[in-house]
Amino acid sequence: MASKERTTVEQKIKEQLSVEEAKQILFDMIRIRELEEASAQQYSEGKIRGFLHLYIGEEPIAATILPLLKPQDQFFGTYREHAHALMKGITARSIMAEMFGKVEGCSKGRGGSMHIFDLSKSFYGGNAIVAGHLPLAIGMALANKMQKNDLISICFFGEGAIAEGEFHESMNMAKLWKLPVLFVCENNYYAMGTALERSESQTNLIEKAKSYKVEAKRVNGRNVAEIKEAAKQAIDFVRSEQQPYFLEAQTYRLVAHSMFDSQQYRSKEEVEYWKKHHDPIAEYIHQLKCLGWVNSNEIKEMQDKAKTEMDDAISYAQAGTTEDFQSCMQDVLIGEY
Amino acid sequence: MEKTTYRQALHDGLYDTLKSDPKTFLIGEDVGRYGGSYAVSKGMLQEFGEERIKDTPLSESVFTGLGIGAAMGGMHPIVEIMTCNFALLALDQITNNAGTLRHMSGGQITIPLVIRISTGAGRQLAAQHSHSWEGWFSHIPGIKIISPATVTDARYMLQAAVKDPNPVLLFEQAALYNMEGNLEDVREVDISKARVLKEGSDISFITYGASVYKCLEAAEELEKLKVSAEVIDLRSLRPLDMPTILTSVTKTHRALIVDEGWRSGSLSAEIAARISEECFYELDAPVLRVCSEEIPMPYAKELEQKSMPQTSSILQAAKESLHGGY
Repeated sequence: MASKERTTVEQKIKEQLSVEEAKQILFDMIRIRELEEASAQQYSEGKIRGFLHLYIGEEPIAATILPLLKPQDQFFGTYREHAHALMKGITARSIMAEMFGKVEGCSKGRGGSMHIFDLSKSFYGGNAIVAGHLPLAIGMALANKMQKNDLISICFFGEGAIAEGEFHESMNMAKLWKLPVLFVCENNYYAMGTALERSESQTNLIEKAKSYKVEAKRVNGRNVAEIKEAAKQAIDFVRSEQQPYFLEAQTYRLVAHSMFDSQQYRSKEEVEYWKKHHDPIAEYIHQLKCLGWVNSNEIKEMQDKAKTEMDDAISYAQAGTTEDFQSCMQDVLIGEY
Repeated sequence: MEKTTYRQALHDGLYDTLKSDPKTFLIGEDVGRYGGSYAVSKGMLQEFGEERIKDTPLSESVFTGLGIGAAMGGMHPIVEIMTCNFALLALDQITNNAGTLRHMSGGQITIPLVIRISTGAGRQLAAQHSHSWEGWFSHIPGIKIISPATVTDARYMLQAAVKDPNPVLLFEQAALYNMEGNLEDVREVDISKARVLKEGSDISFITYGASVYKCLEAAEELEKLKVSAEVIDLRSLRPLDMPTILTSVTKTHRALIVDEGWRSGSLSAEIAARISEECFYELDAPVLRVCSEEIPMPYAKELEQKSMPQTSSILQAAKESLHGGY
């Protein structure tokens, strides 16, 4: 990064964040990375099965945006949602136990990695039909509006969801009915293996939102201060204006789509370039160090603390039990059926 | 007993529901200014206002999902889908969300949602507006499916469905909207039970919706031949009220299922299988079915009528069951 550009980034950090806040976000990014690496490790040991989608490379987005919400604001996410769950206050224990398929998991082990739910944290998944949760989020926004409870719903999805009809129908209805919902598009440029320009005739995503007259903004998903500034504005706008908002965070997935992905669709050089030059945690550490806001000891401490948290989560999940099958036959409907 | 039409009964039931439960609201295509494509919600916009009677864009998947989300948020939405053929566009939301989220979240999510959908053939609307998809929807474990055949059920089923904490699909019978009937002197109905509309001892007709009246007519014809047919209106298609069905078949020893859906993989197939599984040794004849012909519904009146179950085909099948055919 050129030094002039760096100065601007650091100025922005000073402008947008307190030292405490900046450090907390760094710690959360490290926790997310540790959670994902621990998950990958447990997957390779056969403890986690099914699909496992990791968030490595995208950490600043969840770590910066989710703490800006009220605890009761309802979150709707995709199947790449461990980080968001952690940031919404679900414990690593509960998340890990869910991925281990244990009844101690937040969804009783019925959902696994892709279906983390915890209503006590207003966390509504963990949805694995691409764009299928956008209508739920706008419906929740309507319920909030009708009940005048001053809550907003927030809906994360990848750029792949933009090809689905539900994206367009939801944008249209959210604006038409003035629904307080924040859409956050995590654009990592690959819908599984299909690059954005091979999937969309119009690759400028905010133009799509604007075509429905939805307020929209694009941010660099590796720039914490820029995300914070835009997200705060967006959340305030949604809550006070009772209108939808579309935020695009451009990012890059530094790992495979899932554990089954051999990444034939992009070159090793491309991935290596991003890992080497644009690992967002390394970038952010560098920025904070330049500001003199953190030192190596503190970072080491954060890493150790996060590692301890994840080790504890693994032990907890390991010691968990499988739900009794009779119990698993419940909850299909309420009452006798 | 008061006389009313099926349409008016649905209208009155909807009105009472909106009046008594402030958490309810109605959304769908043309439910407001137009008054509902079948006029069930006529006048509702004027009575309840735009906050609670909402016209939607032609976006079945999203307004259905929006209903699910609003139900998760504590409201009691009533979603109208103009015909069940359009409901296929919302199949993902109904199956993967309404039918799944409660169980998959470990029992945390509650979806008190009602979706009203019209169904059925007989009005020369051809192959994209005439089918009966309730059998397909009845494959899904996490939803309830009901369908009123009588004006009393048309009047009170919606209220019961709204009080139910589960997602309920209420299939209105398009062929019956103009039907007149006697409104029974009740204030509520139980949506979990089938109902014996006519008692009999020789054969059980198991049906629902518009076919109920064809079965009753066939039963009347059979009386002239000294044959006593029992007619069961299923009312609930999921879950099925198997005790009522089995009690009847155990009494009559013969079963004929009449279903406007296609035969293969149908609701009638499910009922036939369950009768075989659960009371095979009570049967004096194979379980028979009268279903729609397995072609996309033709437009021409005579062809359409021939494609659907009719009183004559029900009679023919009943005679086959009773005597191995005349």
